[in-house]
Amino acid sequence: MHEHIDSVKTYALVLLALLACTVLTTLVAFVDLGNFSVVAALAIAVTKMLLVALFFMHVRYSTVLTRLVILGGLLWLAILLLLILTDFFTRGWVGFPGT
Amino acid sequence: MASEAHAAHEETLALREQFDTAEQQKDASTLAMWIFLITEIMFFGGMFAAYTIYRSTYPTVFAVASASLNVVVGAINTCVLLLSSFTMVMAVRASQLGQRNAIIIFLILTLLFGGVFLGVKAYEWNEKYVEHHMPGQAAFHLEGTPLQGPAKIFFSLYFAMTGLHALHMVVGVGILSVLIWQTRKGKFSPEYFTPVDIAGLYWHFVDIVWIFLFPLLYLIDRHLPK
Repeated sequence: MHEHIDSVKTYALVLLALLACTVLTTLVAFVDLGNFSVVAALAIAVTKMLLVALFFMHVRYSTVLTRLVILGGLLWLAILLLLILTDFFTRGWVGFPGT
Repeated sequence: MASEAHAAHEETLALREQFDTAEQQKDASTLAMWIFLITEIMFFGGMFAAYTIYRSTYPTVFAVASASLNVVVGAINTCVLLLSSFTMVMAVRASQLGQRNAIIIFLILTLLFGGVFLGVKAYEWNEKYVEHHMPGQAAFHLEGTPLQGPAKIFFSLYFAMTGLHALHMVVGVGILSVLIWQTRKGKFSPEYFTPVDIAGLYWHFVDIVWIFLFPLLYLIDRHLPK
């Protein structure tokens, strides 16, 4: 069955990393990075997501099929966001008669 | 006869007849849970898309509105939720090792941290109500911007997103309560603890949603002078 049992130390280290990331993202928000502040915030959030998914949700040990499904899900999320945003942000690019 | 049927039922918890091995059965449950979580990703994804569009349309109003949220309370609550994820994964680990008392203790701790998170959230919502920052209040007013309409959009998104997240937490609290009860009854063993494992996936997913909500709602352009 589940042959992979992580040590308490592993989980504790992941928790510490997550807490450190929370402090980091809070402090970084008070630094003027211009447009990069949102990039920094999202980069830290993605790092935290990967830590939780890989260690706490055991994606490290999951089957190939489960991983493919997760990647597929993220791909669909990307499609959702990209298509909505490309539509919204390009509406002003082309002038239409009567507008 | 009845007790025999009952015994057979107990055995099938570890392996139902449509599966060849217990491992295959467990993999199927994990996969199905992930498929459910993906529907949840899409569910929250729509709200994140709406957030992105309105934030890019009204960046300064969103910065002013975000600054009115209590960043210290938000950060502490994030840590509480991360702690609850840690205790949840420790409960799963205790299940793998068959330590029944440890499972119960860690599930109760997870429940407590989840409860603290919800309590703090309720405190924050009440604060917003008192400050007249709740859309729908006749006296709604956000200081520091003439654009009250877009300010309402920010707080609508804030309440919708944190509210939906809190609703998931409430469901999680219910699931944890059932698990604690089932563990006490001795339902789980190192051979069969799928419900604990699957509930863990759900709990961590809700944690991940908050990991994105916290910086996106609380930490917009905090460096700007207000």
